[in-house]
Amino acid sequence: MKIAFTARGTTWESTIDPRFGRAEYLVLFDEDSGELTSIDNSAVKNEAHGAGTATAQKIFDLNPDVLITGNGPGDHAATALKHSKIKIFVNAHDITLKQAYEQYQKGLLNEF
Amino acid sequence: MKIAIASGKGGTGKTTLSTNLAALIAESEEVVLADLDVEEPNSGLFFKAETVHEEINVKAIPYWDESKCTLCGICARVCNFHAIIRLGPSIVVFPELCHSCYACSELCPEAALPIIQKRTGILSEFQTGNLHFIESRLDIGEEQAVPAIAKTKKFAAQKYSGVRITLFDSPPGTSCPVMETVRDADFVLLVTEPTPFGLHDLSLAVDTVRVFEKTIGVVINRYGTGNDDVAEYCRREQIPVLARIPDSRRIAELYSAGKLIYKEIPEIRNILEGILDAITEITEGGG
Repeated sequence: MKIAFTARGTTWESTIDPRFGRAEYLVLFDEDSGELTSIDNSAVKNEAHGAGTATAQKIFDLNPDVLITGNGPGDHAATALKHSKIKIFVNAHDITLKQAYEQYQKGLLNEF
Repeated sequence: MKIAIASGKGGTGKTTLSTNLAALIAESEEVVLADLDVEEPNSGLFFKAETVHEEINVKAIPYWDESKCTLCGICARVCNFHAIIRLGPSIVVFPELCHSCYACSELCPEAALPIIQKRTGILSEFQTGNLHFIESRLDIGEEQAVPAIAKTKKFAAQKYSGVRITLFDSPPGTSCPVMETVRDADFVLLVTEPTPFGLHDLSLAVDTVRVFEKTIGVVINRYGTGNDDVAEYCRREQIPVLARIPDSRRIAELYSAGKLIYKEIPEIRNILEGILDAITEITEGGG
């Protein structure tokens, strides 16, 4: 399984970025290989419009099984992600990626 | 002459001034009032007028023709607004994000993105006596006010080119819809209140309108509250204060009952006539 996070940094100790479209980083954890990789999404701050769909495009191309985020995607991004089979979990607020992953494993995060 | 009635801050009295000025002018000559606050038009609440025309407002968006598409992805790359994206085997269009620039459609090598028209709202025209009232109203969920504002102005200009005065009731703020409203006005009337918020947003509005090198006049509403900083600012910036409308519970009550205040309060009629005289004097070079 591959798990994607919206994050403020690139490590397990980074906090979750509660924003979807304007998340600073997209971090991908591959459970099989144990590898943690990331994409810098900060250039999206220069976009006046369409940050949600632009980030949804990147998540779609990362092709994770699960996305863990905070507030959840907006309408446009949610519409885009419905074209994938990605399961979206929200409400990961003010916690690190590691804590969010643990909460996800325990079934404590809400499915979007 | 086109007079835009704008403000930085919302709730300062744009609609009060627009509707009362329009009704007053209509007592002696034909006048056009266009409510360009298309996200929440409300000038119409103050007139019992007959509907004379309605038409649908549309915008141009691409339509994905799956049978011709090779999924090359050029459309998604050229879109500055991320309004069209490629998701695996699908091209997905987000109509609300589309700015109708046609880039995706024109640059598609397979002509797989023909342009279609999508409804965004409705333009309505009403008449009562000498007053021609036009408004556009965006449908719920539509995000782009500018095309609807541009179309409404064009409609008014074409149909009523012979009418001497057209008033634009502007949206609040300083963003694109406001710029679209004031850009071809001959005079911009900025309504403010004598408070720190009023002054702050007035100064933003002045900076915005000055980009277009417009002639500006200020009306201070709810005069008697707050402080003198707005008047001081106007002196410093050499912007004429055309009127001071007193803070009055009676005015608020009349407004909330959907009534025209100048008809009930003679002092307001005098103030409005003073504003119109001042605008005439300034625009004809006397000021």
